[in-house]
Amino acid sequence: MADNPNMPEIPGFVQTATLITPRPEDGSKDHTMVLNMGPQHPSTHGVLRLVLEIDGETVIKVVPDIGYLHTGIEKTCEAKFWQQVVPLTDRIDYLCPMTNNLAYCLAIEKLLQLEIPERAQWMRVLLNELTRLNSHLVWLGTHAMDIGALTVFLYTFREREEILRIFEHVSGQRMMTSYFRIGGLALEPPLDFFDSVQSLINILPEKIDEYENLLTGNPIFFNRLKGVGYLSAEDAIACGVTGPPLRASGVDWDLRRDMPYSSYEKFRFEVPISNDGDVWARYVVRLREMRESVKICQQALDGMPEGSIKADAPHVVLPDREKMKTQMEALIYHFKIVTEGFQVPAGEVYQAVESPRGEMGYYAVSDGTAKPYRVHMRNPSFATLQALQTMCGGRLIADVVAVIGSIDIVLGEIDR
Amino acid sequence: MAEALLSKDAVFEGLAHNVAIQALRAAHPGAVVNAKFDRDELTLVIAPEQIRAACRTLQQAGYNFLEDVTCVDWYPTEPRFQVTYHILSHKLKERVRLHAMVGSIDPSIESITAVWPSANFYEREVWDLFGVRFHGHPSLRRIMLPEEWEGHPLRKDYPVEGYR
Repeated sequence: MADNPNMPEIPGFVQTATLITPRPEDGSKDHTMVLNMGPQHPSTHGVLRLVLEIDGETVIKVVPDIGYLHTGIEKTCEAKFWQQVVPLTDRIDYLCPMTNNLAYCLAIEKLLQLEIPERAQWMRVLLNELTRLNSHLVWLGTHAMDIGALTVFLYTFREREEILRIFEHVSGQRMMTSYFRIGGLALEPPLDFFDSVQSLINILPEKIDEYENLLTGNPIFFNRLKGVGYLSAEDAIACGVTGPPLRASGVDWDLRRDMPYSSYEKFRFEVPISNDGDVWARYVVRLREMRESVKICQQALDGMPEGSIKADAPHVVLPDREKMKTQMEALIYHFKIVTEGFQVPAGEVYQAVESPRGEMGYYAVSDGTAKPYRVHMRNPSFATLQALQTMCGGRLIADVVAVIGSIDIVLGEIDR
Repeated sequence: MAEALLSKDAVFEGLAHNVAIQALRAAHPGAVVNAKFDRDELTLVIAPEQIRAACRTLQQAGYNFLEDVTCVDWYPTEPRFQVTYHILSHKLKERVRLHAMVGSIDPSIESITAVWPSANFYEREVWDLFGVRFHGHPSLRRIMLPEEWEGHPLRKDYPVEGYR
């Protein structure tokens, strides 16, 4: 590899600092300057390093340097049984663990051609919309804090805490839930689960009004966001942008509606779009998305079907505890799944879901054994980062902060 | 779920009205080497030297969005690397997967950044983790690992334990 003479010249470690060479202006003494923003910077939402070439306060070039959180999750997946990958998917995007669980489980269920009971599908939708609310609440609080509106953070985290309590109640964990299983759900939800969700979504619409009272009419907030970080629909598609930033650029595309999965076709909701393409439009689109998510939660609660939460596939789904104590086959299946996993027929699938940040896709390749041959994650933030240059070029440094907040990146999923 | 079609002829016959297949057969008669329709997903194996032209044709046929570029290492079979593209059409609400098989000696393929600029990061990731080079890429640097790293960790023959 390294001794191959045809290998292209890759800049060495020292050269990383000079990803950009400052250029003198023609005929003048003025030079542009290179500024490192991050990896430790409060507005980069993790460990994102941006190398900025600036001319005074104006940004000329933005080069993202990522990989500080790379943990090789895709390689780790290849050493695990199929069912053991589920907890790894939580760690990719720690703000929407359930969305990752869902995308992975759907992909493997497609490989196995498993039919999932309706109740499990609806529960998945309900929890995914709660996850979206949770993620958007964190986005709103931190985005407003970046802009200088510190109070909103305290308000959004108050409601987020309620959502995390529900997650803990249903799965035993606040953040790394791992609640979905290949073939259904881990456990039947506790008895008062639906009541607690109902009381949460009863208060949420007026809480969202409260955030809007603080921000939407605020002239400082408006002026920092309006017209900043413009991204046209063509540029958004060329840069691979998905999710709310794509819809804020006027592209009417939502995987939940256009390529429905897990019973989303049975829910009625609107897909908010805006044609403005700036940071303000992304703020408006996300807030309206939160209101739609509340509606979807209400429909899921009203129409929650009865029945099993696990598919009828004893070779894949772990048996109930009670059955293991009374039935020999259940005990054998349990032993076999836990010790040697289950085989998945050879093939490949790509399953994409609409995560709070955009298209989260799982590409799984099986060679017919009990371990994945390859699991690849297509992450929304990773692609969206490529649009930074288009959004920030020619703008001020302070706008870079607003733009990063508006694309709502999570470094865990970028670096994996 | 529709029935699986596992050979090129079966796919061409069973999905004769598919926009992607029609466009590719009309523009590049020899480009589609093999095809598969399995679990409701269409996979077309493209001759690696024609990948950029095939992507351009698909883009003009309405497949406007590049979702993903990745790679699978089929070590020790040859050709070893399966570079995989997922392309989506917003209008048709359809997805097509392209495969391009690349051999293990000096693995390289044309870059499609000229068709979709978003391929930039994906191709850097494939270069970083698999060591497949992309001709015509504007800046093929490592993206996840440090620049001085040796080897490409997602290859199947990369050691997973012990000292390197």
